[in-house]
Amino acid sequence: MVDAQRVLVIGGGSTGTGIARDLSMRGLDVTLVERGNLTHGTTGRMHGLLHSGARYAVSDRESARECVAENRILRDIAGHCVEMTGGLFVALPDDDEAYFEEKLRGCRDCGIPAEVLSSEEAREREPYLSREVERAIGVPDGAVDPFRLCVANALAAEERGARIETHAEVTDLLVEDGAVAGAEIRHGDGPGKARSARTPGEREAIRADHVVSATGAWAGRIGEMAGVEVAVRPSKGAMTVMNVRQVDTVINRCRPKGDADIVVPHETTAILGTTDVEVDDPDDYTEEGWEVDLLIDELAEVVPILADARTIRSFWGVRPLYEPPGTDTEDPTDVTRDFTVLDHGERDGLAGFTSIVGGKFTTYRLMAERVSDLVCASLGVSASSRTAEVPLPGSEDPEALSVAMDDFGLTSPVARRSAQRLGSRAPDVLDTDEPNPVVCGCEAVTRTEVRDAIDQAGPDLTAVRIRTRASMGNCQGGFCAHAMATELHPVYDESAVRAALDDLYGERWKGQRHALWGEQLSQAALTHALHAATMNRDGDPAARAESVDFAAFDPGLGDGARREGRTDRGD
Amino acid sequence: MAIRNEVVVVGGGLAGLTAAVAAARAGADVRLISATQSTLAQASGLVDVLGYAPDGEGPLADPFAALADLPDGHPYSTVGEDAVRDGLALFDDAVGDRYCGGHTDRNALVPTAGGTVKPTARYPQGTAAGLASDDRPALLVDFERLVGFDAPLAAAHLGAAGVPFDVRGVTVEFPVALDPDATVTRVAHVLDRDRAVESDRGSAGARAALAETVAPHLDGAERVGFPAVLGDDRADDVRTDIEERLGVPVFEVPTGPPSLPGLRLEDALVAALDSAGASVTTGNPVVDYEAADGRIEAVYVEQNGQRTPYHAGQFVLATGGLVGGGVDSDRAHVYEPVFGCHVAHPDDRYEWSEAAAFGEHAFARFGVTVDGDLRPLDARGEAEFANLRAAGSVLGGYDFAAEKSGSGVSLATGFVAGTHTAEVA
Repeated sequence: MVDAQRVLVIGGGSTGTGIARDLSMRGLDVTLVERGNLTHGTTGRMHGLLHSGARYAVSDRESARECVAENRILRDIAGHCVEMTGGLFVALPDDDEAYFEEKLRGCRDCGIPAEVLSSEEAREREPYLSREVERAIGVPDGAVDPFRLCVANALAAEERGARIETHAEVTDLLVEDGAVAGAEIRHGDGPGKARSARTPGEREAIRADHVVSATGAWAGRIGEMAGVEVAVRPSKGAMTVMNVRQVDTVINRCRPKGDADIVVPHETTAILGTTDVEVDDPDDYTEEGWEVDLLIDELAEVVPILADARTIRSFWGVRPLYEPPGTDTEDPTDVTRDFTVLDHGERDGLAGFTSIVGGKFTTYRLMAERVSDLVCASLGVSASSRTAEVPLPGSEDPEALSVAMDDFGLTSPVARRSAQRLGSRAPDVLDTDEPNPVVCGCEAVTRTEVRDAIDQAGPDLTAVRIRTRASMGNCQGGFCAHAMATELHPVYDESAVRAALDDLYGERWKGQRHALWGEQLSQAALTHALHAATMNRDGDPAARAESVDFAAFDPGLGDGARREGRTDRGD
Repeated sequence: MAIRNEVVVVGGGLAGLTAAVAAARAGADVRLISATQSTLAQASGLVDVLGYAPDGEGPLADPFAALADLPDGHPYSTVGEDAVRDGLALFDDAVGDRYCGGHTDRNALVPTAGGTVKPTARYPQGTAAGLASDDRPALLVDFERLVGFDAPLAAAHLGAAGVPFDVRGVTVEFPVALDPDATVTRVAHVLDRDRAVESDRGSAGARAALAETVAPHLDGAERVGFPAVLGDDRADDVRTDIEERLGVPVFEVPTGPPSLPGLRLEDALVAALDSAGASVTTGNPVVDYEAADGRIEAVYVEQNGQRTPYHAGQFVLATGGLVGGGVDSDRAHVYEPVFGCHVAHPDDRYEWSEAAAFGEHAFARFGVTVDGDLRPLDARGEAEFANLRAAGSVLGGYDFAAEKSGSGVSLATGFVAGTHTAEVA
């Protein structure tokens, strides 16, 4: 038997894990490297919209058709990651009536189910919509959990023998005889070196018959390492997370383009999006308060209660926009959202190397399929993609979900939410004879779920967070971050637990800073009090260089005090 | 008929209770108005005075020695060391032998649920056997069913902190069957009532069953620490009962929220207020006030849409800080919501906090600025009202969480606000 062809995939976002799954299902020997956690880049920083395609039905029908096809596929293969909320494109008095008609026609031409709702019908469905809304188009938009979907792709790849290596940064590409032959990796030194046999700081050369760069906004940098130009135009977008779902349907503003035009119900929250500003460096850009204010103020025109509602954090993502050299579109909002596969052998005379840029989350599977087709063709592998037919781990058995809804010894709203997150894996994870208390109350995450995520991800609480949603609710980890950390012990030692807690707490804090006023500032002050005043984590002697002179403090009235003869007040 | 008292205290936390007790003991006719459960339910029940200097130096063995170095504008600088001692004396008297620590000026170091130690001036009797400067070997115990406190982890952490005693941890199953998501209060009530547990060896009380579960793990430990769930109404009975059965002292490690030591403290202070003869109105917020000639005449309490005025000659503002709702904010402003007192703050809300989680957050110091008589000042430095004094976390100028000074500031300023108010009432 001939050894399987080796492929190295760079990037642990939706596209990279999708490619790893696709190629490993076709029998290739896949290694995926990601410099941070899975979803560390753009995938983990999106609003969670599963496009119906309606958004592109006027400007880009090709994308619209792809979206609606992939929307249907994801509902089949990843049901446990998708919530079919439906979507509305709502028109306000100032919005162009002709555009509304064009949108409707576009949807119908692209095969996107679309119905027109009157103002009353729209508000019957979403009572918090503005009375100003004149009419709306109902479309099958949905919400998708990008974390869960990405992890499910990685798990599927692993089940077929792929090696998924997180916290492994590519420092150079190996170029030999006019072809890319692998990459130099530096293994990370954070607390999240998940399940790896590699030690932090270690360098490793991974050789491969083909290398795929699925690095999105960072594709220019990876290309540079092999001397090819990949002209991505990174564009940042802000998203603001509300503490509750003001709407249960995706609400889009029905106008050609613009900032702050969408509200996506996502799990227990609603996410406001977004802005679109080109940036030079996808790792270094400013996150600005005006963007948060813009999202709230603009979207409050559509859903007025947003004006004074509580937000729990904001986050920014960087779109991997790409256009072929020479296009030179001025406004980033006009740059195509379609994806491009760059065959560097054909384009640059550099064999063994492919980049994928542009595109959007909803079509990640199709993007992965196209790249995998190209890789297989270049390696002479004839197997075709089966990713549209085979369900992802967690969605294999729709029955399992309803079975899992039965009581696992949990209160029922908790069981329901856990079971929805886990899909058909729920019985395996939740069925336990041990006490299974809730670790994260805001998001109803139980101990077995946290431990299952630790088994998968190791001592990296951010990885645990993205798998379970623990610490992503109102308190932003104030009440649960330390409880999550204790679940790492005793598999991981005390110093590793402390480092993991500091990391998670710091990460939660930073994102929350964009929401610090009103109730969320009050929440943050309570969090600060619990962690600093009650637990004294900021003055932790274990973390400080100078040791404490314990003898200088009150020894109490126990044996020590009795020895000093202070028995006047007894215990 | 109008409701009138000499003094109205708005706020039922540690500062409000202290101010009301101090004013009542000084002879004033006092009413305390409190909207909801106070933030004591979220506090550890430890009564700290000053654990760290504002520059982070610490833990401080002697909090009093560090008072003189505090900056102007710090509440302790405003009221002075005598007020701190007076506030503590009032506290010691009010809670009696429920609390320890008054035998020395020195801070105690108390193990926390997170495995660190925290400097504090007073600690509940139930925590006394747990002090970190005591060299007796200790066993920490936690329950499978409760999250947030992992005894083996906390023991390892205390070891890393360099405590001068051997410490081990063990996780056990609570011996009484409980609901899947039992709360700490539920566990405490089971122990309060000493509910019977059936086992192979017949029936036993919950406390005996707990002692029996822990005993095999003692292995030379001379004291045993539990999460702070050892009873609510009968905490002393529960603890001494388990101590007798185990044959070693038992202590609680503060946890929360909800924090039973915090709730027990609130009960003790409310009882002290009752014996001092003050009236108490709880359950509804103060929503408005009436003023004339720079003096507050009345505050309005809203209940079921109806506004009831409470008249008084003197008022104390003890509504808490950002956590308690005594200081509030929107996207552009920070304000004191009851009387509209001035709260200084940076214009840019991104300057209210720092990127580092434990950075020097401006928000931690938000609160009203006061004169030497604790009267809130407006933006020009004039007293907002001639007859309004502020106490506790509504005061600005200190970061109680970083300094570990929240309780002490509440006691000292509550004492001063209460006694001064009574003098002029």
